[in-house]
Amino acid sequence: MRIIIVGCGKIGTALIGALVREGHDVVAVDNRPEILNRLTNQYDVMCLPGNGADFETLSEAGVERAELLISLTSSDELNMLICFLAKRRGARHTIARIRNPQYNRSSLDFLRQQLDLSMPLNPELLTAQEIHNVLQLPAASKVETFSLNSFEMVELRIKEDSPLIGHQLMDLRDHFRAKFLICVVQRGNEVVIPRGNFVLQSGDRIGITADRSELWKLLKQTGLARRQSKKIMLVGGSRIAYYLSKRLQSSGSKVVLIEVDKTRSEQLHGTLPNAQVFHADGTDQERLLEFGLLNQDAFVSLTGMDEENLLLAYNAKIQQVGQVIAKINRDEIVQMAEQMGLENVISPKNVVVNVVLRYVRALENSMDSSIEKLYQLMDGKAEALEFVVPAPAPFTNIQLKNLHLKKNILIAGLLRNNAAIIPDGEDMILPGDRVVVISGQRKLKAMMDILQ
Amino acid sequence: MNRKMVFFIIGRILLLESILLGLPMAVSIYYWDGGQIPLLFSMLLSLALGATLTRFMRPDSQVIYAREGFLITGLAWVIISVLGALPFVLSGEIPSFVDAFFETVSGFTTTGASILTDVEKMSRSMLFWRSFTHWIGGMGMLVLMVAVMPNLPGRTIHILRAEMPGPTMGKLSPKLSDTARILYLLYIALTVVELLLLLAGGMPLFDSAIHTFGTAGTGGFGIRADSVAGYSPYLQWVIAVFMMLFGLNFNLFFLLTMRRFKSVLRSEELWTYVAIVLASTALICWNIRPLFACFSDALRHAFFQVTTISSTTGFSTVNFDSWPSLSRMVLVLLMFIGACAGSTAGGLKVSRVVLLFKTFRREIRHLLHPHSVTTIRFEGRTVENTTLSSVATYFALYMGLFVLFWFIVSFQPGYDGVSNFTAVAACYNNIGPGLNLVGPAGSYAGYSPFVKLVLSLAMLFGRLEIYPMLISLMPGVWLKK
Repeated sequence: MRIIIVGCGKIGTALIGALVREGHDVVAVDNRPEILNRLTNQYDVMCLPGNGADFETLSEAGVERAELLISLTSSDELNMLICFLAKRRGARHTIARIRNPQYNRSSLDFLRQQLDLSMPLNPELLTAQEIHNVLQLPAASKVETFSLNSFEMVELRIKEDSPLIGHQLMDLRDHFRAKFLICVVQRGNEVVIPRGNFVLQSGDRIGITADRSELWKLLKQTGLARRQSKKIMLVGGSRIAYYLSKRLQSSGSKVVLIEVDKTRSEQLHGTLPNAQVFHADGTDQERLLEFGLLNQDAFVSLTGMDEENLLLAYNAKIQQVGQVIAKINRDEIVQMAEQMGLENVISPKNVVVNVVLRYVRALENSMDSSIEKLYQLMDGKAEALEFVVPAPAPFTNIQLKNLHLKKNILIAGLLRNNAAIIPDGEDMILPGDRVVVISGQRKLKAMMDILQ
Repeated sequence: MNRKMVFFIIGRILLLESILLGLPMAVSIYYWDGGQIPLLFSMLLSLALGATLTRFMRPDSQVIYAREGFLITGLAWVIISVLGALPFVLSGEIPSFVDAFFETVSGFTTTGASILTDVEKMSRSMLFWRSFTHWIGGMGMLVLMVAVMPNLPGRTIHILRAEMPGPTMGKLSPKLSDTARILYLLYIALTVVELLLLLAGGMPLFDSAIHTFGTAGTGGFGIRADSVAGYSPYLQWVIAVFMMLFGLNFNLFFLLTMRRFKSVLRSEELWTYVAIVLASTALICWNIRPLFACFSDALRHAFFQVTTISSTTGFSTVNFDSWPSLSRMVLVLLMFIGACAGSTAGGLKVSRVVLLFKTFRREIRHLLHPHSVTTIRFEGRTVENTTLSSVATYFALYMGLFVLFWFIVSFQPGYDGVSNFTAVAACYNNIGPGLNLVGPAGSYAGYSPFVKLVLSLAMLFGRLEIYPMLISLMPGVWLKK
């Protein structure tokens, strides 16, 4: 489908890459020719120099045939205007980046309605939500909640002393007497959907699906669960820090916030009266210790510099803070962080790409396939897809162990009458079920695609 | 460097060539003129080589950069010409391999320069293949590959950019493969229209096909010794008009199909091109008026010769070599200007010439008013300085290489300066006939094999706009990891 992206900064470029990989017709609009030059060389897109709010640029981009327009310029107001115009010119759906907190309060619904926006996009808010999710479940680096909140998937890394090591996967269920499924494993840079005879090693990053209560049981038994972080230190008073502090406070956590800029720190204290705000350079170790780094449950580095965040997080890890999260945007630094043993790295860019990709997939599915929802796992190297099985099909009423599934496909969960089933080989898919399928690298369109 | 990818794509090109050889094969079977075996052998050889390369050169990574794009293009054109020359050699109709190579390069690069002294002796299938190479080379073999062979990596743009003429490349649709398909559809549509118009004028089907291929690719291979002089005025007008159409930027045709007439009418390059053609026609018409009995003949011949040269085709309705020197001079000038960017024509391209003139004007204004700020606008947009300087560099390189080729060709004994000059100009700009010994009535047969190879190289340099060939010839590029 035809997708127009206006504004090709960091997030725009990442989004273009992802959408082109999905096979969409992408038109990129930007007023900086040097950026467009780089884009044409790198991706199969049409690049148009110009202002996205310009009528002619929009028609040249083929807005009347566009399924979706995403406006990501640095100005919220311009984004709103572009989406408004595009909608009037015939774009079917529009997404605008609106990041100013003022617009993100009560006025957002009004704006959204008046501009007929399909989705407002606030990268900082989304990132804050993601970080918040991780802080809620201390052992995991990422949490996904599938339909109706009844079962979840967590991504976590296996430590050297983990009791999961050394057992074949098929023995684990009996061993821990919990119903769960290890449905995806990343070892090094490779992502596999493991079979029953797979043996975990330390350093593996795994995805576990289970019913919510079962998951906790498991995490406790394996010693993976820890106390939920209640005292959290944030370095860097960005918008992400603001949104995150708000959420943390409302869930009862104590926040220590360190910001280097005086006016900004005062501003923050004005809007977050319950937080402890310090005006100091967060890279100064002495200061961090003075502000009580060692007493914290969690440490989050949110400054504007990837390198600084990496080093801050590394330092906190060495000081043995329970949970360390770093915000890092550039892919190569994310990799570096993983090599340095930092498990929780959050990239706002990837967060936004996932959200938009999910939206685009949903749009596509509403057209020609039966995928209900899509989740990206392991940084997009695998996917979890939710299908509804409305009627009997070649894969229903057959025990899963007898189904001839394609390689790298796994049935991770069934949802029947509002109850989650973590299936084993004896279970079968019945008509009316919701099915969660994990797929490594293979793009599935319909449930039928899982069969060989 | 991703060597495997380079050879993998070359392999695909060879597979495509073997399929394309099927068409002359069909012609040969229809006329049963003895070309079947040589064509079949060439097809099989091309198939075998292509299959081997695509099988054993399966790349580990599909990522390519500008370097690979240039190399693929440069190498592909040489290799398809070598294989394309085989049918001529094997059938014995052009026994010397160098001659056959020259003829094929001349075909693929849509030059139309020929070493044949008597074209009417050639068999039908060979004539068909010779002209069909024009049609393939016009829009480009690599563009065709991108259009018909799926699953190429995103950076294919480096290949297309190297093959498509013009200072910058505009995409017609977000996906490159769609762009290539649109271009070929437009190309085929225009080809069919011309074919029908020629048939309507009473030209036999075979002749119509040959002349349509020659026009569409702006090549210029004919089947008669006197080119198209023997056909009716109607047919000559049809060919002349279509030569001009194929000299236009194909983006304009696309805009027409999208009903964006305003954008077409605002095209600066289009109007400059039309103005150049009309002005030259008027000048030549006035100049040659005494040679012809009636005005309509003079007009027709003037227009035909202007379109044939400016679109870099190379058909002729008269021996313009016998015209007054003013007309001949204008024609030589047109050789260098060429037609629009994004067309099938050669030469410097009108858009480059316009940009060069605008740069000159700015330079002069700058000398007079050192503090004045001047931006250059073209097609309604401000042109970046990097584009301007690359156009200026291209021009300098273009002229430098021209002089170099002229110098080398001048070693040939027995040829005068005008012949050598226009031979190089006609090959380099992909036109075909020059003046004097290489004029419409002459041929390139008298040149030594060495000079023929140099001229073949000049044609490839001209068609691919220098850089792909130049870069492929630099050993350092190949040696780099």
